[in-house]
Amino acid sequence: MAANPKITEQRLDALREEALRTGKVQDHGIVPVGGPFPKPASEVSYHGNPVLKPPTWTWQVPLYFWVGGVAGISAVIALVAHLFGNAGLLRAGLWVGLAGGLISAPLLIADLGRPSRFLNMLRVFKLRSAMSVGAWTLSGFSAAVGLAVVCHELILAGYGNNFWLALEWLAEISAALTGLILASYTSVLLGVTAIPVWSENRRLIPIVFLSGGLGSAGAVLELLGFLLPVTQFIGFVASAFETLVAIVIELRGRYVDRPLREGGVGWLTRAGAALGGPTPLLLRIFWGHSSMARYVAAVCFVTGALISRYAWIAAGRVSSRDPQALFRIQRSAPNAAAH
Amino acid sequence: MPTSAFLTDASICIGCKACEVACKEWNHIPDDGFNWTGQSYDNTHALGASTWRHVLFLEEKQPMGPQIAGIEEPFRWQFLSDVCKHCENAGCLEACPTGAIVRTELESVYVQHDVCNGCGYCVVSCPFGVVDKNHEVGTAFKCTFCYDRQRDGLMPACAKACPTRSIRFGHLDELRQEAQVRVKELQNRGYNDAQVYDPTGSSVGGTHAIFVILGEPEAYNFPPAPEVPTIHLKSSWGAALASAFVVVLVVCLAFAL
Repeated sequence: MAANPKITEQRLDALREEALRTGKVQDHGIVPVGGPFPKPASEVSYHGNPVLKPPTWTWQVPLYFWVGGVAGISAVIALVAHLFGNAGLLRAGLWVGLAGGLISAPLLIADLGRPSRFLNMLRVFKLRSAMSVGAWTLSGFSAAVGLAVVCHELILAGYGNNFWLALEWLAEISAALTGLILASYTSVLLGVTAIPVWSENRRLIPIVFLSGGLGSAGAVLELLGFLLPVTQFIGFVASAFETLVAIVIELRGRYVDRPLREGGVGWLTRAGAALGGPTPLLLRIFWGHSSMARYVAAVCFVTGALISRYAWIAAGRVSSRDPQALFRIQRSAPNAAAH
Repeated sequence: MPTSAFLTDASICIGCKACEVACKEWNHIPDDGFNWTGQSYDNTHALGASTWRHVLFLEEKQPMGPQIAGIEEPFRWQFLSDVCKHCENAGCLEACPTGAIVRTELESVYVQHDVCNGCGYCVVSCPFGVVDKNHEVGTAFKCTFCYDRQRDGLMPACAKACPTRSIRFGHLDELRQEAQVRVKELQNRGYNDAQVYDPTGSSVGGTHAIFVILGEPEAYNFPPAPEVPTIHLKSSWGAALASAFVVVLVVCLAFAL
């Protein structure tokens, strides 16, 4: 239908002619310009207002996503280092894990609306709530990695016996397992929400967060001086995954991914992807023998991974404001209400 | 106690906002900031921590039922009082890590403010965008279904205050039937686009607040097929665990190579 045709003699003539020819007028006729007509609402949403609420999370949460990822994967690296007899990486991995665990708790607590009630997180255990699983995982991880550090340092100081060694292994295995969950549950936390850009990327975000955690853990160990082939390989694989994810987001071109491609948040996403993906990848391929290049690659990856976490939360905020992102998904779903 | 519910009928709402006022007075809810939105007479914008009933003002270029608009643009002005849907499978309740959000014996969904620690996970888990965090108090708030009044045998304040019986309160089964009858009646009178908004077919599994609306749900910012986010738990954890497995593999390879 023609929208708001102006009052013109030609238009009136056209209407008369149509009425004469067909006996009725199909199209809208005349809109009085400046008439007392309020601006109509859009047909497909309520004044374009958001349907959903934006996330209320503060700056501490994306930072925690990154710290938790580094801590969790560091514990995994520590366990594998122990298995392969790499004493340096074992000790460093455990300490990075413990530091991450200790930083994580205050970050999460600071985000709460009522920080004094943070222990209420441990009132119940709900497998169906990723937030509950995460709170318990962080507690378990911190305890396990703390115990592993204590055992390890006791043994190094010469107080070791078979009991402490067995306890260290047990603590390391527990820390690695909870560490994997710690590094990955945050992606489920976003995937299992009503926010379109998160929920529709629920299979992609785990790859983003885990490759980010893996690469960042490797990068932190590199920055601590471990310029080994191990960290080089980890950094290479992680930045390759980051590059692939960025290509997928760009090429898929879905409406729901618009916050990741458009506007300020789109550029934030791209900046994170460029710093975490191709930049360290190329540095490691072409200048892998130079320790300076490896430090630069590590710093780039860490910065990229941090930016990427802020970008994903910001994209959720943008996505929650767009009612059409939600309506499009639901209208194309097989069980959308029939009318 | 029997399953109580709201039936809110857009076709007889007059947009007086008595429900919003009654809700605020009974529940001692703070103001919304006295902002002018410029969106018809709607100045509370959306449901939120301080708005538990929200009257929508729709201005549409459509004829109102059998209205004859002549050669002018057809136009209708509609009102509807929105409220928490009190879902059968509630996203907020599933997400809550503290157990602050509970299912009451009235089958409504209730936030215990003395337990909530304000983590904000319910806010992004509600498929209707109802619950929100009050940043001054720090905890989540939404419609209580007037739990206190219902316990004492009173109907919720909004339904009590509604002067046109647009907000009906009663047993869910009876109200579902009444909604169907009302829609038939409206359609017979020429309101062809009258329908019931009651998402029973989706994973939300039906709600305790159903609506009679004219036109599409989207016009009221109602999701046409709301889903409880936990239906994605399996695919999310599946992807997360698969990725975690790859991470372990990469770390082992890094040491082995």
